[in-house]
Amino acid sequence: MIWLNVILQGVLVGGFYALFACGLSLMFGVLKVINLAHGDMAVVAGYVAVFLTPHLHIAEIWSLLVVVPLFALVGYVLQRTLIQKSIDRDPFTTLLVTFGLSVVIENLLLELYTANAQTVNVGSLGYNSWHPGSIFYISYVSLGVLGAAVAVLAILQLFLSRTGTGRLIRAVADDREAAQLSGANYRHIFGIAAAIAFATVALAGIAYGMQNQFAPTSGGVNLLFAFEAVVIGGIGSLWGTLIGGIALGVAQVFGAHFNPEYQRLAGDVLFLLVLAVRPQGLFGKKTAL
Amino acid sequence: MVVFLTLAPWIVPAEWASVLLNFFILVIMATMWNLLAGYAGMVSIGQQAFIGLGAYATLYFALKGVNPFVTIPLATIVCAVLAVPVTFLLLRLRGGYFAIATWVVSDTALLVIGAIAFFGGGTGKLMPGLQNLSPSQTAHYSYLATWFVALVVVVGTYLLLRSRLGLVLASIRDNEVAARSAGVNVQAARRMIYIVAAAGCGAAGAVLAVSQPFIQPSSVFNIQWAAEMIFVSMIGGLGTIEGPIIGSIIFFALQQTLQQYGVWYLVIFGTLAVVISLWEPRGLWGAFRDRFHGELLPVGYWLGEKK
Amino acid sequence: MSEILLEVENLSVYHGQLCAVDNVSFSLREGEILAMIGANGAGKSTLLRTIAGLHQPTTGSVSFKGLNLASITPNRRVRLGLSLVPEGRRLFSSMSLEENLLVGAHRANDGPFTIKRIYELFDWMPSRRKQSVWQLSGGEQQAVAIGRALVANPKVLLLDELSLGLAPIVIERIYGLVPEIVAQGVSILIVEQDVAQGVAVADRVHCLLEGRTSLVGTPKELTPEQIDRAYFGADLSHSSAAEGDGA
Repeated sequence: MIWLNVILQGVLVGGFYALFACGLSLMFGVLKVINLAHGDMAVVAGYVAVFLTPHLHIAEIWSLLVVVPLFALVGYVLQRTLIQKSIDRDPFTTLLVTFGLSVVIENLLLELYTANAQTVNVGSLGYNSWHPGSIFYISYVSLGVLGAAVAVLAILQLFLSRTGTGRLIRAVADDREAAQLSGANYRHIFGIAAAIAFATVALAGIAYGMQNQFAPTSGGVNLLFAFEAVVIGGIGSLWGTLIGGIALGVAQVFGAHFNPEYQRLAGDVLFLLVLAVRPQGLFGKKTAL
Repeated sequence: MVVFLTLAPWIVPAEWASVLLNFFILVIMATMWNLLAGYAGMVSIGQQAFIGLGAYATLYFALKGVNPFVTIPLATIVCAVLAVPVTFLLLRLRGGYFAIATWVVSDTALLVIGAIAFFGGGTGKLMPGLQNLSPSQTAHYSYLATWFVALVVVVGTYLLLRSRLGLVLASIRDNEVAARSAGVNVQAARRMIYIVAAAGCGAAGAVLAVSQPFIQPSSVFNIQWAAEMIFVSMIGGLGTIEGPIIGSIIFFALQQTLQQYGVWYLVIFGTLAVVISLWEPRGLWGAFRDRFHGELLPVGYWLGEKK
Repeated sequence: MSEILLEVENLSVYHGQLCAVDNVSFSLREGEILAMIGANGAGKSTLLRTIAGLHQPTTGSVSFKGLNLASITPNRRVRLGLSLVPEGRRLFSSMSLEENLLVGAHRANDGPFTIKRIYELFDWMPSRRKQSVWQLSGGEQQAVAIGRALVANPKVLLLDELSLGLAPIVIERIYGLVPEIVAQGVSILIVEQDVAQGVAVADRVHCLLEGRTSLVGTPKELTPEQIDRAYFGADLSHSSAAEGDGA
């Protein structure tokens, strides 16, 4: 029975990974950009929540309402300037530019806020949990994060499949040139996709801050997990990212159950296995027509 | 110049020798990364895997009683051997997938080594075999070893690029499909380069281990190494032999002058790398060379018309 | 004399050091069908893509209704009334038939071609509109690609290699639609490797050889031999090699 709780913990953590990863998935699927600064953006969101929202006299938990839209804007602007310029050169350059950004952000944060750990204070919500059957252990925050992940992915999926803009995003992801020939301003569409990606990563960053301590270098390891979740689930599929995140979470919790040192390793091994056996991931997209 | 650098430990103050040593290590790593990315088109953010493996291979042999300096070539070979199975997984991937996979491989290596008690686990271990020597002797010998390895790596890379393999690389970079249809074994060439780069980084890790008696997984497998080798190559000039060297000079100049202010030098360096890759992708040496048609070590490549 | 809609003047386009289009000039009038014919690599697709805005010309200009298109992005050219059906169809592979048309329509000008009208033109479409484009045959995909460009209601339609990869009977059916499209007020620039098709449907013919104009005229005035020579370049009848260049 204890295994059921282990799986449950994996699912809960997987929800967080999925939320963290969907922005990455979107940017890779639509812009064909691997944003190596993705993890650091989440950390920046956490810092903004902790340090800047007090000036607005609201409780930290409501920082979401300010930070998420702010990041959407930042994402759009960053995409239309730096990222677009690097896309215009070649994929090599985007990798290097986002890597550069990542290093700059991490060290800037180190200088401004030191290496001390921070958390996003959510009061009693952060400590309490639910013990059904006295076997399962569900912390309120992690359940909330899982719920948020599913909700965000569902909304995103609906947006992409039912709305005109969503359709344009899919068109640009399928074939950028053909979309241009159909009248789409692909740079603007890229900007919207980036805005969505940044908004979700801000949400994920604050969610992370609610459950964990974070520091300037926390972005790195979470980025690794996000990539693993996306690749395991399959690029181009949002639900794949959710399944991938959960698969990763479960693998990690299982690994940890045997030996706490094996937690991250279990995830790495699963990732390498998927790459070896089925590189397009569990729900990977088909190739272009 | 060569003579000066060889005699340096006896001429210059100890701290300078130490800086030079770290400079050589960076040059080794950057030259290897440049070989992978600038010449063979494989962007790796996980070379620190082999730096770490090289360091730990050195530690292993040292713990078994081998003279630490002899372990350097041994560690290099170990890394080359370990790289072979890795290539079978990695070389099916391209671009971003390849890059991320290299990172996961390095993370895996970090965790596996960290779990092995023989190596001291996560806390690290002291390098044995160096206690017999006096501190200044250790410093001198490790300096010479590092200088020697750096020389071998740079000259070796130059020779490699002038060899047939270098020609193959150039043909792949210019037009992979054409190269393939002309009978070039692209995959074998890539594999060879990856193994060479792994060996080179392993050598860097080995001399790193010898020069810093305490070895910890989190320091030798640190992604910071990747950041440094990438930025240095980019700023100096991708696809040139001189580029990584020049980039390393700039890096150390910046680091030495600004270190007292914390990590601002990294912020500046990172920003510089971003700016250069967007506005001057040939890097500083590349731009200089194009403008003045100077070549110290001619293995660069021309695209388009010479003006 | 009908209005000149598209004017290409001294256009040269380079791919790196390779000259794909070499000093080409022509114009397209309202209600016309102009066929660009030439062998593979003659520069026809590059020419169309440059007109559509996907390539920058090295020298020369493209004007639409008198407006120089030099700084106008491809998507804005669609809004002006210039649409390209690209080589190889390039449908959106993750979407259904109808979704592909919807994308084409999102920046539509006013005009006769609504999605409903496309469904009348291709009566097999309505029953299959929710199907993924993967499930369509080559000819059906080509029809969707044309439909996608038409729903934007262009004044000038550029068609790149319609016949590529399609069976002859399918090609005939597709080309059968061309007069109908022109009747609705669309002028057409066709690029074709298949000389017979190109010449059969066109009002005027413009032949390209290695990027340069080799022959211009109407189907009535040009003989098959003239077209052959312009298409292939050298005089291919070996026996007449010693006689040198003919008429």
